[in-house]
Amino acid sequence: MTGDATPPVSAERRQQDRRRVLRTLLLSGSVLGVALSGYLPLVYSKKKRLRPPGALDEKDFLASCIKCGQCVQVCPVQAIKLADMVDGFGVGTPYIDAREQACDFSCDAVQCILACPTGSLTYQKPGFLPVRPGAALATKPTLLAKEHDPEPTLNLAERIGLARLTRPESCLARQGKGFKGQARGPQFQGELRYMSVDRWKPIKVADHPYDVALCDLCVQVCPIKGAISIETVSAPDGSQCQSPVVHESCVGCGVCEMICPTEPASIEIIPGEGWPA
Amino acid sequence: MSQALKRRFREQILIMFGREPGKPEQISPQAKEIHDLKRVTNKADLQAAKEAHRLHQAHSHKWRNRRWVTLLLANLLFVVSYHFDIQILEGALTASRFIGFHLIDLNSALQVMLAHKHVINNLLIGTGTVLVLWVLLGGRTFCSWVCPYHLLAEFAEKIHLRLVKMKLVTDQPIDRRLRSLFWLLFAVLALATGYTVYEAISPTGIASRALIYGPGLAMLWVLALLAFEIVFSRRAWCRYICPIGLTYGVVGIISPVRVKYTLKDCFHEGDCRKVCLVPHVLDTVIKGRAVDAEVPIGPDCTRCGLCVDACPTGSLKFDVKGLGKLL
Repeated sequence: MTGDATPPVSAERRQQDRRRVLRTLLLSGSVLGVALSGYLPLVYSKKKRLRPPGALDEKDFLASCIKCGQCVQVCPVQAIKLADMVDGFGVGTPYIDAREQACDFSCDAVQCILACPTGSLTYQKPGFLPVRPGAALATKPTLLAKEHDPEPTLNLAERIGLARLTRPESCLARQGKGFKGQARGPQFQGELRYMSVDRWKPIKVADHPYDVALCDLCVQVCPIKGAISIETVSAPDGSQCQSPVVHESCVGCGVCEMICPTEPASIEIIPGEGWPA
Repeated sequence: MSQALKRRFREQILIMFGREPGKPEQISPQAKEIHDLKRVTNKADLQAAKEAHRLHQAHSHKWRNRRWVTLLLANLLFVVSYHFDIQILEGALTASRFIGFHLIDLNSALQVMLAHKHVINNLLIGTGTVLVLWVLLGGRTFCSWVCPYHLLAEFAEKIHLRLVKMKLVTDQPIDRRLRSLFWLLFAVLALATGYTVYEAISPTGIASRALIYGPGLAMLWVLALLAFEIVFSRRAWCRYICPIGLTYGVVGIISPVRVKYTLKDCFHEGDCRKVCLVPHVLDTVIKGRAVDAEVPIGPDCTRCGLCVDACPTGSLKFDVKGLGKLL
């Protein structure tokens, strides 16, 4: 080959080039397809996740979470898990399965928020982000465990969800029943901090059996002051009964759902739910 | 720096973005002299010299071994920190804290900034620290010395090359401009959709989290990529797609750590290009291509050192710009 003349392109070379373009398109298409599969409703779980305390609203949360799991590492009760591919764009983002292990604030200071490097979990939401209706807490929640400390409150401005008695028919209190034994059976691995046992060290729920004449486990274990109580209410049939009632200070931590001895739980957290206006 | 090297420096950046390397338009007088000298050398003498070198060549894996140890230690430090709660390196490769100091992967930070459109101080500090770190250490050094997917892909590459040797598969090259396109596309997607779309499929993030927090279904995607690389296209993800590589490549433009090529002793046999992940950065070793007597390898180089190990004549060496002068 000489000089500046363009070398003639053989038919074989042309075919090679064509194939290369085809391969390039094929690979781009596949990678993009997988990248955007987060949009597929089939893959993208419609089930709302309960996010750790201080989480931004779902859309902003997914935008800002860098998927490093530092929140997972600091949680003393390992309440936080990382989502898998079925969560679409949420793969690698933290969530709490409250029934398995709820956040009981046994870290005292919401360590996961402190650990978050991107502000996905935050004490102070930036001004330009709107607050979900009913998400703002009227006052800073008081943590019962440090009720007598100089600073008894948790630095939380919004709830992550709201507890609701979703299955009142199975609630033991409403049936006037008591409860005796391990709340979730001997096999249950979940942990809670019991102030009467140890101020700092959470223990297995299975190691802390109950014996109550009227079941009020959800009220007993609730870490937030005045978030839930047993009240006399009117049942649908007009009769009076005892029932757990959730109040405005509920932050949606999920400890009530975790401890509820009925299967499935009579009380559950509705992730992202606000206090009704 | 000579005029020819300055020109090459600019060209190497374009080559990183996907341009194919070509014959140099300008060659320094010193390099020209060496090229000419090599042309007049007696063929028999040259052959004898080559063979003598081959005989005495130490088949070393020095840099590869150092690199593998570093890569494994870095990734295991995450695992050990978490499982034994020693809090030295907390988090995953996307973002972490090294004894309390924030470290944030540049590409992940970029995705989050574009998607969220809000940057908090910790994010800025962590990104800045990592930027300085990799400017000092050589940009894409991250790829070959830290990224866990790189190691998996190296094993897949070994299988691929064995299959190629057995004539069961052939390497199907893909257009390198694709990586720049993907970088842009993922940036635009993050900005437009508000999702960190790339993070959802990043094999670096997925593999790092799998190692630390346990594997999930997402590892299937990583395995699919490895399978693709084994049967279809050698090192396809790192070569043609990964936007992380391009981000760190851009950082490496101004990095003082690089591999340096010395023209004089090179026999132009091309062993280095055979082992290289990014052979387009080694175009300078082709006979007649070197623009100067000493040529630094371009920013797309991952500083993996495979070429340094492979070179029988010691013409490729690690070099820290300015360090020689300083000493």
